[in-house]
Amino acid sequence: MTPVSPGPASLWAMFVAFNRLSLQGFGGVLAVAQRELVERLGWLSREQFVAMLSLAQVLPGPNVVNLALMIGDRFFGTRGAMTALAGMLLVPLMLVLALTAAYAEYAQHPVVSSALRSMGAVAAGLVTATALKLLATLQSNALGVGLCAAVAGATFVAVAWLHWPMVWVVLGLGGSSLALAWYRLKAATGTNGGADKPDSP
Amino acid sequence: MSIDSLLVTLGSPLSGPQLLALFAHYLLLGLLSVGGAIATAPDMYRYVVTQEQWITGEQFASSIAIAQAAPGPNVLFVAAIGWNIAGPMGVLATLGGVLLPSTLLSLGATRWGERRRDSMAVRSFTAGMAPLTLGLLLATGWLLAVPAQGRWQDMVLVVFTVVMMLCTRVSPIWLVAVGGAVGAWQGVA
Repeated sequence: MTPVSPGPASLWAMFVAFNRLSLQGFGGVLAVAQRELVERLGWLSREQFVAMLSLAQVLPGPNVVNLALMIGDRFFGTRGAMTALAGMLLVPLMLVLALTAAYAEYAQHPVVSSALRSMGAVAAGLVTATALKLLATLQSNALGVGLCAAVAGATFVAVAWLHWPMVWVVLGLGGSSLALAWYRLKAATGTNGGADKPDSP
Repeated sequence: MSIDSLLVTLGSPLSGPQLLALFAHYLLLGLLSVGGAIATAPDMYRYVVTQEQWITGEQFASSIAIAQAAPGPNVLFVAAIGWNIAGPMGVLATLGGVLLPSTLLSLGATRWGERRRDSMAVRSFTAGMAPLTLGLLLATGWLLAVPAQGRWQDMVLVVFTVVMMLCTRVSPIWLVAVGGAVGAWQGVA
């Protein structure tokens, strides 16, 4: 339950750890973060990691970036959060910008542009596969499978085919979905004999 | 020296007000990105490609492909888009805009949310947002696959990648490498 190590010895140790795990993460950092922070360094127990991740997923923003901020904050406060963020982003950012600038230089070259175009097709497949894998988690969703499918389907059509601005989709569809979830959860606590039910039969 | 000529020196074809508008749009997307930054890609596309026409659809797709091929968090595709729009100032506007709200929220709301993880509000938020997030992810995959429709090899690559990701534990980097090799071969032929 308790982590094996008391945590990072210094801000620099934390910068190095986050830089190291970020540079190992091709196509996503989360799996590497778990292996490094929990299993190799022992800064967090598995339970602590899952608890932080579930909160990081609820907050807006990239999950792993939120996670880095929370872990940094836990050990060194705001300074720690900024250090973890810098460790995770600085070197990979330089790499991505160097590749982007180099690509702009050689974009006219048929081999380069054709390679990137096919890599874009793979990127489309990666995102789609991630979405399909995560669809299984909706089975245990409080909304029920039918409503989940309706919300996910409506979101897809509104964004991919109708090209509606995201702010209206999130506020409109997201708002109604959230209200439905609230209603369902409330009803479920009612049948389980929840203590705080105002509308018991 | 005026601000706009300073911006030109810094390699930005966008004016000051345009950069501010870009920053403001990404700030809003940062607040809305409940499913991670990639779920906001369709709206970024709508704004920077369709509406403002600062970059082309192919530049947009290649920005995402480059960030996927490089190590690090996937959110860095936002920096690649910013660079293609307006160089270093574009990176500041896009990446800064996306990260600012989540940074402030993570620091401010962590302790608040940790205590209320089992509350009705947090639980309904998590349950209600999950299907929306997955709908947005599917839409992202769809829009990224649009350029692939012009070439049957790329359509095969999309399906091949989905199948490999669902049925095997192969690392995404190898699939990106296969895509690069297949594409390079098409470019030579």
